[in-house]
Amino acid sequence: MENVQQLNIKEEPEETLSMDPVKFILWLFLVTIVMLFASQSSAYLVRRAEGNWLEFQMPTIFWYSTGVLLLSSVSMHWAYIMAKKDQFNQLKLAISITFALGLIFLAMQFEGWKNLVDMNVYFVGNPSGSFFYVFTGLHGFHIISGLLVLIFAMIAAFRLKVSAKNMRQIQICVTYWHFLDLLWVYLFVFLLTFN
Amino acid sequence: MSAIVGAESIHEHAEVHEHHHSQNFWQKYIFSEDHKMIAKQYLITGIVWAVIGISMSVIFRIQLGMPDSNLSWLKPILGQWISDSGKLDPNFFLALVTMHGTIMVFFVLTAGLSGTFSNFLIPLQIGARDMASGFMNMLSYWFFFLASIIMFASIFLQTGPAAGGWVIYPPLSALPQSHPGSGMGMTLWLTSMAFFIVSQLLGGINYITTVINLRTRGMSFDRLPLTIWAFLITAVLGLISFPVLLSSVLLLIMDRHFGTSFYLSDIYINGEALPNVGGSPILFQHLFWFLGHPEVYIVLLPGLGITSEVIATNARKPIFGYRAMIASMLGIAFLAFIVWAHHMFVTGMNPFLGSVFMFLTLIIAVPSAVKGFNYITTLWRGNIVFTPGMLFSIGLVSLFVSGGLTGIILGNSALDIQLHDTYFVVAHFHLVMGAASAFGLFAGVYHWFPKMFGRMMNPTLGQLHFWMTFIGIYAIFIPMHYVGIAGFPRRYYQFTSYDFTHKFMDMNLFITSAAIFSFTAQFIFLWNFFYSIFKGKVAPQNPWKSNTLEWTTPIIPGHGNWEGEIPAVYRWSYDYSKPGAKEDFIPQNIPYSQTLESNFPHENELIASEKDIEAQNFNDQFKSAH
Repeated sequence: MENVQQLNIKEEPEETLSMDPVKFILWLFLVTIVMLFASQSSAYLVRRAEGNWLEFQMPTIFWYSTGVLLLSSVSMHWAYIMAKKDQFNQLKLAISITFALGLIFLAMQFEGWKNLVDMNVYFVGNPSGSFFYVFTGLHGFHIISGLLVLIFAMIAAFRLKVSAKNMRQIQICVTYWHFLDLLWVYLFVFLLTFN
Repeated sequence: MSAIVGAESIHEHAEVHEHHHSQNFWQKYIFSEDHKMIAKQYLITGIVWAVIGISMSVIFRIQLGMPDSNLSWLKPILGQWISDSGKLDPNFFLALVTMHGTIMVFFVLTAGLSGTFSNFLIPLQIGARDMASGFMNMLSYWFFFLASIIMFASIFLQTGPAAGGWVIYPPLSALPQSHPGSGMGMTLWLTSMAFFIVSQLLGGINYITTVINLRTRGMSFDRLPLTIWAFLITAVLGLISFPVLLSSVLLLIMDRHFGTSFYLSDIYINGEALPNVGGSPILFQHLFWFLGHPEVYIVLLPGLGITSEVIATNARKPIFGYRAMIASMLGIAFLAFIVWAHHMFVTGMNPFLGSVFMFLTLIIAVPSAVKGFNYITTLWRGNIVFTPGMLFSIGLVSLFVSGGLTGIILGNSALDIQLHDTYFVVAHFHLVMGAASAFGLFAGVYHWFPKMFGRMMNPTLGQLHFWMTFIGIYAIFIPMHYVGIAGFPRRYYQFTSYDFTHKFMDMNLFITSAAIFSFTAQFIFLWNFFYSIFKGKVAPQNPWKSNTLEWTTPIIPGHGNWEGEIPAVYRWSYDYSKPGAKEDFIPQNIPYSQTLESNFPHENELIASEKDIEAQNFNDQFKSAH
C-alpha cells in the first residue's frame, strides 16, 4: 500500500511497465506466506502470554539443519552466478547440490520431530509443543514446494535452457529459495527466543 | 453445479471474435482464460449463490416473524427439517443463519462482486489485453467453483451444514458433539473455505500485478479511474488478511481432527472432562477478526469504487475530490487492520485496550464521511441522469450513511455491552455492508451490462427493481434497530417464551413481510438480467457517454479487447461538462492538443508531454513474451 502511494506522487509521463509480471506475482505470493507465518507467530505469542506453557529445550539437530539450509542458499547463489556466466557444468553441479541439501534439511527436520517425541513433546498436548510442530511442519511444506520449483529449474538447467540470456526461471527459483531460507532463520530464532 | 448452468446460459449468446485464433467450446466458455468470460462466470455463479442465500434468509425470517405458522408447504424443499407438525427444526434454523452469512459474505459479495468487476473492469479500464496471468485467473475461478460445490454439497448432509454462525467460533465449531452441524457440515465448511481462500489469493495477486504492471501508455496512477483504485486496495486487503484466516482455519482443523488444544481448554460434556487443556477460544477470535474486519471493506470497497464511477458519469460532473477519495480509501484500508478487537469488546478484554480499539474504530468515521460528502457534492447541481445504475449508486450512498451512523454507536465499547449480539448489530451491518455492497453490485451490473453482453437492460424494470428494493431494505432494517435496542439477541430460534419480547412480535412480523417484499423484487432483476442477455436492445458504442477506456473497445470486445493498438491515455477519467468543450464528456484517450477550446492553462502545458506518452512502450502483453 505504501508503495502504491509513492507511485502516486511521481509525476507523469513515465513508462508504465515497471517490473516483469511473473516476478511481481512471486513477490506478492511471498507476501501471503509472510502473513501466514506472521499470524502464526502472533497467535503463538498471545497464547504464550496466557501462561500454562510447557517449556522445552530445542533439540540440537535443528541447529545443524539451519546450517544445512544456509549452505543450500550459498550453493543456490553459486548456481545463479554460474548461470549468469554461462558456466553450464558448474551450474548443474550447484543446482544439484542445492537440491540435495534441501532434501537433507527435510530429513533432519523429521529427525528433529523424532527427538521431540523422545523428549515427550507431542503434537497433541500442550500448545507450546503443538505450535512447534505446526511451525516446522508448515515451513517443511513450503520447502517441499520450493524443491518442486527447484526440480523444474534443474530440468531446465540440464537441458541447457538456463543461460545468461534466459535467467527468468532461475531468478524466480533463487528468490523463492532464499526467501524460504530466511523464513526458517526467522522461525528458528523466534522459537529459540520464545521457547 | 450452479456455475455449469450459468456457463451454459452464456454459451447460447454468440460472441464475435474477430482477430484471434478460434477456440473450441471448452476453451471459450468453460476453461476460459479471458478475463471477460471469467468475470461472467463469477457473476452468474454469484447470482445463483445470491438466490440460495437470500432464500435462506426468507425462510428464517418466516420462522421469526410468524413463529406459529405451519411450514409444511416447505417440506418439498426442506424435507426432514420441517417436523410433522409443520415446525422448522431449531438446529436447521442455526444452520440457515450460518449458511446465509457465509454465502452472502464470501460467495456473493466477495467472489460475486469483487471477482466479477475486478476481472471485468481492470484490463478494460487500464488498457490491458488481459490479466497478468490468464491461467492463474482461470485457476482462481475454478478454485472458487470447487469451494462452491463443497459448500453446496454440505447443505444436503443429513446432519445439516455448519451451524456455528458464519464466524465459526470454537468450541462450538471445534467439537462435533456440540451440534449436529459441527460434524461433517463443519468439516466441509472448512474445506470449502480453504479452497475459497486459495481462489481469492490467486485472484488478488493477479489484480494487483495487472494494475501495477499492465497499464497502457499515459495511464499514470493519478489518471486511474476510482474503480481501479478501489479494486487495487481491495486486493491488497485480501492479500494481507486471507492468509490469516487460513492460519486460523488450519489450527481449527488441527483441533478438530488431530486432537490438539489450540482453542480448547477445560471443557466438560455430560459431566465428563475432555482431554484438551491449555487452549484459548479467544485466540481464534483474534485471528478470525483480523481477517473478518478487513473482509468488511473487501466487500464494501468495490461497491464504493463502482459508485464513484457511476455517480460521476450520470451526474455529468467530475468526481468531487478525486485525490481525497483515494486517500480516504487508503485510510479506510489502513484502519481496517487495527480495529478488529471492536468485535470482541465483551470477551473480557482489558478495558484500556477496549478504549484504544474504540478510538481507532471511531476514526474510520472520518474517511467514510469524506467519501459520503464527496458523493453528495458530486451530485450537487449535476445534470443527473437517473439510470438504474445511478439510482442504485445513490441508494448505496444513502445506505452507507445511515448504516455508518449506527456504527458510531456500536464502536463505543460501553454501549456495546448492551448492543452486542443483538439485532441492532444485525441491522447495522446489513445496511452498511450487506445492502450497500449489494447495491454496488446492482449498480455495476446495470452500468456495465452493455459492455458485458452487448445489450441493454430494460431501464423501467430496473427503476421498479430499485424502488422496491430500496423501500424494502429500509423497511426491514430500520425496525430491526428497535428490536435490537429492546434486547433481542441474534441467532435465537424464537422469541415467544419471553415476556419482554411479546410486544415486539408485530414488529417482527412487519420485518418479515418487508423481507418477503424485497425478495420478490429481486425476481424483477433476475427476469430483466437473463431476458436482456438474449433479447435486450442492442447496446450503442457508449450508452452512458462515459470517459473510461472500456467504451472505446468494440461493442462486444473480443479476446484482447482492442482491435489494433491499445489506446493511449492523456487525461483523467472525469472530464464531464468541461466548460468550453463541444460535448459534455471527453474520453480519456483524447489528447489535450485536440481540445484546445476547453483546456485549462496547466493542461495546455501538458500538450508538450503527449509526444513522450506516444513514444512510450506499447505495454502490449500480446506482443511481448508473457
